[in-house]
Amino acid sequence: MKHETFDVVVVGGGHAGTEAATASARMGARTALVTLRLQDLGVMSCNPAIGGLGKGHLVREIDAMDGVMGRIADAAGIQFRLLNRRKGPAVQGPRAQADRRLYAEAMQAEIAGTENLQVIEGEVVDFLMSGERVDGVVLGDGSEIRANSTVLTSGTFLRGVIHIGDVQKPGGRMGDRPSVRLADRIKDMDLPIGRLKTGTPPRLDGRTIDWSGLDMQPGDEDPVMFSFLSPAPQARQISCGITHTTERTHDIIRDNLSRSAMYGGHIEGVGPRYCPSIEDKVVRFADKTSHQVFLEPEGLDVPTIYPNGISTSLPQEIQEEYVRSIPGLEKVEIMQPGYAIEYDYVDPRALAGTLRLRDVEGLYLAGQINGTTGYEEAAAQGLVAGLNAAAQAQDRDPIKFSRTESYIGVMLDDLTTRGVSEPYRMFTSRAEFRLSLRADNADQRLTPKAIELGTVSDGRRCTYDDKMARLVAGREKLDSVSFSPNQLRSIGINVNQDGARRSGFQMLSFKDVGLETLAQLDEDLGNLDVETGAQLEREALYANYLERQARDVEILKKDEAVEIPAGFDFSALQGLSNELKAKLSRTRPETIAQAGRIDGMTPAALTLILAKLRQHSRKDAV
Amino acid sequence: MDTIFALASAVGKAGVSVVRVSGPLAWDAVERLGGPLPHPRMASVRRLVSGNGDFLDEALVLIFEEGASFTGECVAEFQVHGSVAVVQALLRELGEMPGLRGAEPGEFTRRALENERLDLSQVEALADLIDSETEQQRRQALRMLTGALGTRVGDWREKILRAVSLLEVTIDFVDEEVPVDVSDEVRDLLRSVCEDIRRELHGLESAERVRLGFEVAIVGPPNAGKSTLLNYLAGRDAAITSDVAGTTRDVIEVRMDIGGLAVTLLDTAGLRESDDSVEQIGVARARERASAADLRVHLVPEGDAPMLEVSEGDIVVTAKGDRAGEGVSGLTGLGVPELLSGIEARLVEEVQGAGLASRERHRVALAEGLAHLEQAQVLLEDGLDVYDVTSEEVRIALRALEQLVGHVDVEQVLDHIFSSFCIGK
Repeated sequence: MKHETFDVVVVGGGHAGTEAATASARMGARTALVTLRLQDLGVMSCNPAIGGLGKGHLVREIDAMDGVMGRIADAAGIQFRLLNRRKGPAVQGPRAQADRRLYAEAMQAEIAGTENLQVIEGEVVDFLMSGERVDGVVLGDGSEIRANSTVLTSGTFLRGVIHIGDVQKPGGRMGDRPSVRLADRIKDMDLPIGRLKTGTPPRLDGRTIDWSGLDMQPGDEDPVMFSFLSPAPQARQISCGITHTTERTHDIIRDNLSRSAMYGGHIEGVGPRYCPSIEDKVVRFADKTSHQVFLEPEGLDVPTIYPNGISTSLPQEIQEEYVRSIPGLEKVEIMQPGYAIEYDYVDPRALAGTLRLRDVEGLYLAGQINGTTGYEEAAAQGLVAGLNAAAQAQDRDPIKFSRTESYIGVMLDDLTTRGVSEPYRMFTSRAEFRLSLRADNADQRLTPKAIELGTVSDGRRCTYDDKMARLVAGREKLDSVSFSPNQLRSIGINVNQDGARRSGFQMLSFKDVGLETLAQLDEDLGNLDVETGAQLEREALYANYLERQARDVEILKKDEAVEIPAGFDFSALQGLSNELKAKLSRTRPETIAQAGRIDGMTPAALTLILAKLRQHSRKDAV
Repeated sequence: MDTIFALASAVGKAGVSVVRVSGPLAWDAVERLGGPLPHPRMASVRRLVSGNGDFLDEALVLIFEEGASFTGECVAEFQVHGSVAVVQALLRELGEMPGLRGAEPGEFTRRALENERLDLSQVEALADLIDSETEQQRRQALRMLTGALGTRVGDWREKILRAVSLLEVTIDFVDEEVPVDVSDEVRDLLRSVCEDIRRELHGLESAERVRLGFEVAIVGPPNAGKSTLLNYLAGRDAAITSDVAGTTRDVIEVRMDIGGLAVTLLDTAGLRESDDSVEQIGVARARERASAADLRVHLVPEGDAPMLEVSEGDIVVTAKGDRAGEGVSGLTGLGVPELLSGIEARLVEEVQGAGLASRERHRVALAEGLAHLEQAQVLLEDGLDVYDVTSEEVRIALRALEQLVGHVDVEQVLDHIFSSFCIGK
């Protein structure tokens, strides 16, 4: 049995899969999305929240590329908080609690309404191979889907094992089947494979929680949306509860440590340090007598509560015991026990910056299979893989993201050049150009790229053009007005009495000087619309740093422009130490910029590589 | 594109040293130091004068046009007298011009390469350079700074890393149970590192040091014959010698020329515990100066061990060689020629290994790192609202200090955060 032929087939309908499929479809590629069940599309298998520091930046960037995650999260958001609201705009990250059901529904509607995209229900059990090339997929019923490019977003399904205490069962997430055959096929490809683990807390029945004594955390009064297109939340807004573990909780956990899958020696995978289980917290930070627990509702009309901060792999009865030692949860019922899950990932150094496997034609990987964690990281990779899978099928140039322009680029570069030692999560501290890569300017950074690709809706394009026109006009205005020290003193701003006039934009970079203040000297400045004014103030705030970063970006971009061909023989470089040769051969940098970031690289060594590259290109020219 | 400069020849006996400048501001540098530009590719004599109006040297100056130089960029070449002091002063002047910086090893070649001016011999030279550069640079960096630097640099690294980690934890983990206001601890950490760096810079920048070139300290226990040796070397009675132990109560300096290098020999007080408070001061000063010197000659009485820690490259000889029958003697001159050639070899190695250039680079790095750490402290006064830029300043400082403290990666910051704070909701 045969399905029709597609340009791109995407395997998996999680956050990476949905983003990949819609991105590919926006490129105009005929795209198939294969999922076990239709209702799996857009399922949040971990906590019902999107965004945060670094992660919120990623969602904004996905949205700037006209991806779906931002808009869906806005539609399903039941509590919006802008993290670090008091700090500078570069480190403010939008975050939202989402209604699990609303999210999945909105995603399914989005997918259904996407042109060029067809959803196929089924289990992918194998790839269609022609030689070393992947030509599509084989489903459990034996049917075949041929495609020029295949995007695999199988999450934790590769040799997934769920642990609850000393009980193990194969599975991707609770209730799902693992893809053993597919895992074997990937094993046959001889890719570097590692093992990771992650965990979840027990889900609680909110109706059995005594909320009366708990602190409640409401959302922001003026909610900040993910999407540049969303004006306001659509769903009813709620608060989350906050409670704490007690010494008794810790005693119970300590007494039963040996029964935890993690501490009982059943798990070999490496877990994330920023998301430790409650067992880990109690052991590693033994002097802390209490840990915070956030009680996050999974939806408006379901009782399920996600207790954030107490993930575990203890046996179910111990979970019940320790949960009930937490204030407010004395009589709580567990709806689904917490568990740890171990799974295989492919060392992402086997991938190119397009997320295509370097040594397997036609196959792209995105999401947790690449050793990352988080919906946002997965979706961002989905976007990249989807765009590039389509570009390849359409014979267009690869679509690249640089760490100088986006968090997406930072992640791709980190993954493909450095690999992972624990599930990779985005943090703002990973971005060396953090002050330029802000959530507020994600559209300014990336939407032009999407417009050039032709993947942007008319609506977004209008919104973007309008915003930019207002910004440019505002900036021109600010640059064209200038004030003398005396004028400034007259409105209470003290600058050096050096007689030099300072432009409106320069003045905005002063602490405590805003447009409102300057409007006392020039009325027009008060007439800028609020959003434009706020954006100009953000730009001005970092002006000195942005200039410096722009210089560094230039240098890096120059190095990024020098590509190292895939087959380049690093071991033939005379003069390099064997250690450095080995590192280069293992990492296989795609550009001089990547080579430069390899530990132990020196400017002279880089020059040597450059020299060889020149000799190569000269030979090619002959 | 920065304009870069470097010493292109060895100093010392050579007589002439060549300093090359390449980049858009190369010709500006000539005008600022030596007045009117010469005709391209025509060697012309210019009086080089520093920004403060101090005379530096009378030099031959050559300029090359963009497209007609060995890097393909605007190039200037200064041929100055091969004295350490002159070269060091010139490198400093260049380093202080905005837009100019010391070249990294191989950087001239890289620019030549990028401008299609590649010369095969340059590429071959690269291979040799790579072999030695990293380790050598690090050694030089350590040698340049005074005293027990290895530990101190490690201490800076730890402190700055902790400061960044504290700032970052308040940013990236704001919704976790982590400290909100870390200003006090960060301020203490940065203040302590800044004080240290200032002290190092002071040592490096003292005009005396530039004028005097290298310092070689003669160290050893009282009455080991240090002063006698110095007098012999200097050919005059610079230090008072007598048979009473502890005669030299202060540090005596004698300038001399060893192999064309300006060298100041330091005769230090005998190293021993003493009840005499004046002598105690002398001993303390001796230790300080000796550890700050470029090279130490340890005079060790027969059968004893050196009293000061022997740093890499130091010379250890047996004292009073006239009695011991081996080693060195200031009375008879035994072993003195060998000692002098040993000192010369060590100092020339320092100079030829681009010690001067790297010293200047490190000075610039320290100054830049310090400036950003100071700016971070100013920003700390504005509190948590500006932690993003405070952290940025510290991160910039870390990059500036990288050649000394080593590369600090975000992974190390995260390591520190995860081991210090219980993260994870």
